[in-house]
Amino acid sequence: MTIAPENTETEVPEGHVKLVVDGEEVIAPEGELLIRTAERLGTVIPRFCDHPLLDPAGACRQCLVEVEMNGRPMPKPQASCTMTVADGMVVKTQKSSRVAEKAQEGVMELLLINHPLDCPICDKGGECPLQNQAMAHGRSTSRFVDTKRTFPKPISISTQVLLDRERCVLCQRCTRFSDQIAGDPFIDLLERGVHQQIGTAETADIHNSASHTSSGTPFQSYFSGNTIQICPVGALTSAAYRFRSRPFDLVSSPSVCEHCSSGCALRTDFRRGKVMRRLAGDDPDVNEEWSCDKGRFAFRYAAAKDRIRKPMVRDESGELVEASWTEALRRAADALVAARESNGAGVLTGGRLTVEDAYAYTKFARITLRSNDIDFRARPHSAEELDFLASSVVGTTPEHVSYASLEKASAVLCVAFEPEDESPIVFLRLRKAARDKGTKVFHIGQWTTSSVRKTFGELLACEPGGEAAAVDGIAEHAKDLDAALSSDDAVVLVGDRAAEVPGLFGAVTRLAERTGTRVAWVPRRAGERGALEAGAVPTLLPGGAPVSDASARATLETSWGLDSGTMPAEPGRDTAAMLAAAASGELDALVVGGVDPDDLPDPAAAREALANVGFVLSLEMRPSAVTEHADVVLPIAPVDEKTGTFLDWEGRVRPFSITLEGTGALPDCRVLDTLAVEMDADLFTQTAQAAWSDFSRSRVVSAHQGSNPDQHSRPAASTPDTPDGTVRLATWRQLIDNGSLQVEEPHLAGTARDAVLRMSAATAERHGVTRGERATISTERGALTLPVEFTDLPDDVVWAPARSPESIRSVLGAGHGASVALSGGAR
Amino acid sequence: MGMFDPLKGFGVTFATMFKKVVTEQYPEDFYPSAPRWHGRHQLNRHPDGLEKCVGCELCAWACPADAIFVEGADNTEEERYSPGERYGFDYQINYLRCIGCGLCIEACPTRSLTMVNFYELADDDRRKLIYTKEDLMAPLLPGMEEPPHPMRLGENEQDYYVQGPELARGRGVPEGETVETSKEEAIQ
Repeated sequence: MTIAPENTETEVPEGHVKLVVDGEEVIAPEGELLIRTAERLGTVIPRFCDHPLLDPAGACRQCLVEVEMNGRPMPKPQASCTMTVADGMVVKTQKSSRVAEKAQEGVMELLLINHPLDCPICDKGGECPLQNQAMAHGRSTSRFVDTKRTFPKPISISTQVLLDRERCVLCQRCTRFSDQIAGDPFIDLLERGVHQQIGTAETADIHNSASHTSSGTPFQSYFSGNTIQICPVGALTSAAYRFRSRPFDLVSSPSVCEHCSSGCALRTDFRRGKVMRRLAGDDPDVNEEWSCDKGRFAFRYAAAKDRIRKPMVRDESGELVEASWTEALRRAADALVAARESNGAGVLTGGRLTVEDAYAYTKFARITLRSNDIDFRARPHSAEELDFLASSVVGTTPEHVSYASLEKASAVLCVAFEPEDESPIVFLRLRKAARDKGTKVFHIGQWTTSSVRKTFGELLACEPGGEAAAVDGIAEHAKDLDAALSSDDAVVLVGDRAAEVPGLFGAVTRLAERTGTRVAWVPRRAGERGALEAGAVPTLLPGGAPVSDASARATLETSWGLDSGTMPAEPGRDTAAMLAAAASGELDALVVGGVDPDDLPDPAAAREALANVGFVLSLEMRPSAVTEHADVVLPIAPVDEKTGTFLDWEGRVRPFSITLEGTGALPDCRVLDTLAVEMDADLFTQTAQAAWSDFSRSRVVSAHQGSNPDQHSRPAASTPDTPDGTVRLATWRQLIDNGSLQVEEPHLAGTARDAVLRMSAATAERHGVTRGERATISTERGALTLPVEFTDLPDDVVWAPARSPESIRSVLGAGHGASVALSGGAR
Repeated sequence: MGMFDPLKGFGVTFATMFKKVVTEQYPEDFYPSAPRWHGRHQLNRHPDGLEKCVGCELCAWACPADAIFVEGADNTEEERYSPGERYGFDYQINYLRCIGCGLCIEACPTRSLTMVNFYELADDDRRKLIYTKEDLMAPLLPGMEEPPHPMRLGENEQDYYVQGPELARGRGVPEGETVETSKEEAIQ
């Protein structure tokens, strides 16, 4: 019997090439870098500058390998991080080639010539690619005997990033990240030869580098923390984490960021029950390997000295005093039962809850308080917004719009949405799409913000409040945008500021209907999307079915084990209405989660309502404007100390489990469950797991989802004329400001953008404001004075940050689109 | 069994009566240990009194019994505990766990951590056996100054490290005294 010789030739698929790496035949997709091909085979070639998300640079030369093309060996070893695979290539890495090994050893020896022996005092020690690779691929001795080049020890290139130039191996990961990914090229290579160094405009004068001589811009980027994480040596270190611990002290726990709705995967490192640092986690679908500085650095609020750890009740003298759980729950339960039996109680949950906690609030309001008076929106809001959320947002999943669809989109329109400030990872993805894939990004806003510039975007400027008219005018005035939006993969992103513009949601809905584009809502806070899904709104049940739908109520009554007809049928009041009712005595009690009155549409009225209402129960972590008026304060756990789930803006489920165990802090869902038991009801939300399974079981999906006849008929409101001498105010919150989760972070606060009043030169001239001076905006309620900067705003429009340093709403009682008086010359 | 065997035992006893006694009357008579005995740890000082410990945690890393806890912190110009950027802010050795192997002193990159011969490491309270930085710091010799204070020896870091011991003589640190270890008696 003869056996036919086996066909050993493997098929090379389309778009692939065949090459030999270390004697092993391998098929690789065209364009793949040699270093990755080798990595797939399990051979790790040492490298510093190479990073899969950055463009190749070939800067460190550590990854040298021997390459043979068409049977002819290349004369010198080649950098495998810049060379792509080719058909018939023969590659020998350090594993099979003494030449490659020797080349790598030589490069390592050169890199270490000027690298100081700082390992014992360097924060990177123990997790340092240079340390590790020097051990694995370096020579055991150095032949260098002369004096090392030295630089003055760390200089701060921003308040939170320290630069030690002696340690730098000039791999340019940081400069490439800042330039390519973040778009903040404040940091770059300076000088030449042995003096070559990383620096900013401030450090450029190397001969007197200790003092900041020139007036350049410091490394002011919302993403600067990423450079610390990707630095392969200890050249860039964090001021906040400086000398705090070593990698082997730390226990790392995967977590999810609680700051904005981007839903970043993070890694939280803790030591002895204290969080030491947070790093960006690796989630290619969401944040890739990046995170913003707020998510990375703002976590010490949970360890703040004034954290509330015991329940507190207000005694006869009006002081809040610590009390036992039994007493505090008894007091709260009695007061809430009394309120329920007379005028009722309202629930303000705040926008920072996990889905489980929000669901517990929903059940608490509907079962225990027998009311639909619940709203998660602790910010300006409108009925129109609620209709839009009910028809177009609730129930959507990443299949609708996701980060991936932003990257694939041919055009993205941002309406009343400032991506860099409101959802930084969405911003990074938009920039990536625009930079790599040529996505056109359009912004309907007031001025050419850094988001517009860095997404290579096009601004459709309009007056604040005139966004609705601008969206309606797209068909007529922006034909190219209209055509771009008509393509299948276009996306419209709406920010939560849209609630401040009458008619905008209607206009966006009309636009979507006309062009067939998909619309996604990107709220600013991490908990808003989840709270909407959990039904923490006056008109919707968990899952999104309307409260007015009798069959949905009946389904929910069955799954919640309630008697038929016990669910309240009337839609409840929204945040503003609840506060008004509380102030006038139509509500007897308020249950308040993490709400800051300064964020509310009318902070003064909110404070008055809190002061006047019969009873306030506050579930809080730290003393706040709400606890000042609270009759009972129940302490709740920060995200580090509880298990839960966030929904990011895509509707993606972002579960996280507890980081710090055994602190005794209870999540909102547990506190509400226990309180409900005191009030003779069972919520079944003792733990986050129980709450989640109850939620998944009980959600009632709306039958009418996706259509909302009300929306279409709503006309875009024409912007009212500005009275003489006044200007229109545009405002939104900057990423880093004086938010309540950013306390005790001086290093982070130092990188906040300057609070300035922006206006066009013409506006300034008309109102007697001169450049470089300060100007004042005022209403009858108050005045705010800020330095002036000239920007390309429309005439008679000024822009001011909403909460840095002070809350504009508190000081002026006015928000986005309001008329304010502008005067110059104030100091 | 021979007939004198029972008496042999008495012979041993009788002979021992005239030999030198090996028993040490420990609490009454205190004998010094062998010179390289692994006793209690000591955190040494530079000749001007600044701490040698930089809080690098290599000792904690090397410790097979997880007996050492270190936390570093940042020196400032106003408050300097050690030359350089970093110092050991918190330093604890748990002598309930320490097995006296000495890997920590081998790991120490600044010769800050050494072991002295002192061996009376017993107590009736667990908490007292966790020695903190105050317990472990070497005593101040004449001419030394309790930190925080600026680097006192020489004009620059080069002088400080290379000529420190010589410059220290001028400040009254006794001749012949090593900088790493002070006299044993000082502790005992």
